[in-house]
Amino acid sequence: MERFTGPISQAGQCVLFLFRMLAGVRFSGSQVLTVLQQTYLIGARSLVIIMICGFFVGMVLSLQAINALEQFGASDQVSLLVGKSLFRELGPVLTALLFAGRAGTSITAEIGLMKATNQIEAMELMAIDPIQRIALPRFAAGVISVPLLTALFNALAILGSVVFSIGVMDLDAGIFWSKLQTGIYFEQDFLGGLWKSVVFGGTISLIAVYFGYSAKPTGSGVGTATTNTVVLSSVLVLIFDFIMTSFLT
Amino acid sequence: MAMMNDSMTDNLDSEAPIIRIRDLVFRRGRKTILDGISMDIHRGSIVAFMGPSGAGKTTILRLISGQLRPDEGSVEVNGQLISSMSDRELQHFRRNIGVLLQDGALFTDLTVFENIATPVREHTDLPEPLIRRLVMSKLSAVGLGGIEERMPHELSGGMARRVAFARAVVLDPDIMLYDEPMTGLDPIAVSTIRTLMRETNKALGLTSLIVTHNVTQMQLLVDYCYIIASAKVAGEGRPADLNVSTDPGVDQFMNGKVEGPIPFHYQPPTSRWGLLD
Repeated sequence: MERFTGPISQAGQCVLFLFRMLAGVRFSGSQVLTVLQQTYLIGARSLVIIMICGFFVGMVLSLQAINALEQFGASDQVSLLVGKSLFRELGPVLTALLFAGRAGTSITAEIGLMKATNQIEAMELMAIDPIQRIALPRFAAGVISVPLLTALFNALAILGSVVFSIGVMDLDAGIFWSKLQTGIYFEQDFLGGLWKSVVFGGTISLIAVYFGYSAKPTGSGVGTATTNTVVLSSVLVLIFDFIMTSFLT
Repeated sequence: MAMMNDSMTDNLDSEAPIIRIRDLVFRRGRKTILDGISMDIHRGSIVAFMGPSGAGKTTILRLISGQLRPDEGSVEVNGQLISSMSDRELQHFRRNIGVLLQDGALFTDLTVFENIATPVREHTDLPEPLIRRLVMSKLSAVGLGGIEERMPHELSGGMARRVAFARAVVLDPDIMLYDEPMTGLDPIAVSTIRTLMRETNKALGLTSLIVTHNVTQMQLLVDYCYIIASAKVAGEGRPADLNVSTDPGVDQFMNGKVEGPIPFHYQPPTSRWGLLD
């Protein structure tokens, strides 16, 4: 029975944890400052990996698209195909998966280790709410960072596509850009993908802080929590992606 | 020092206790951790809880700080019942207690200065120059002026413990709780921490509760000692009295004997070992 009720009660506790965090939102100067610090630590420090991956995803997408479209003599449509798939799906989803691996793990491990070294307990004893002080800024930073990283991932992927399609395959630059400009809609395609990434950012960082906070205060406990963060947040990102895409667009 | 201890406790016996514990029972699952413990702790005294590991000494500190709630019995601090406090009241109450945890538990992502300043920033609206002056005075009181910009991982064990001490007393609490404050330190650091505890207790008029295993240091430092074993108070008294106690449990602990009422086996051997019989 425990095997069935366990995950349900965990999910419930995770949601309660979210409410406890949101109850601590104050918009005070010090809180905004810590959110900014965390946005730098987990967002800005993920820039390099996101940009490199974005660039190569753009290149490989163009390569496959040109191979497929060539058979119909339609290889000048490549920017449309790359743009649509990137802005709607690949950008938000791949950024979220990379973010879970790069930042989600570090959040869980950091909070888990703080717990193992009694720092969380020390905070409670100083009458400081650790959920508000430790968990909330990291959660907020995740919600802010992922959409921004997604936008950058998209930009670098388009650049990768430009380099491959125009630079390597010698497609016409004018056609490439005009197809992109007329075929991609800001609201439907770009914003549609971006708001998904807000949900992904929230999901990943909620799971990361919750697992860190509920980790057993031992070496293996923190290790298990870190693994669980990557596994669960990756699976949830893909499930939520399908749900949001099928019902809301 | 001994004379001061004696006169201090004599004066204090007449006052109402700052901490009053009555018939305290605490269970974890089926295991009874504390079973019917009662004690009075007087203002200004330094009291030690000693006993074998896992006997429930730290649990008593956690019941006093309100991190745990008793299953039966009561814990009163300054006449307030801890177990009936709401979370908000508990937060308010904790501003008046300082805690030094095992290993110090410094925040590893903050500098020494920010570590000590954290409780001040959280609970007061003091302007930055005043916070700076307060933190620097506490830091120099523990003999570590000039290390404020260092990170915790750059400190030795003894220095980290002293910084944690400065952080615990920065808001001038009424009660200090120490959870094995001397464990893992070299003899010089142990003496330094002991002197700090004694002097701060006197200078700030604190009441200090200490969980420790160190019999020698306990004798040098405290006014009164409780020995906790098998979930009960196995013995209590002034260190000098405990030394000459004829109680077998007290004698076993004070002199570190294997044989005695505190058993070697965690659980008595059962018939499951039948194959070996």
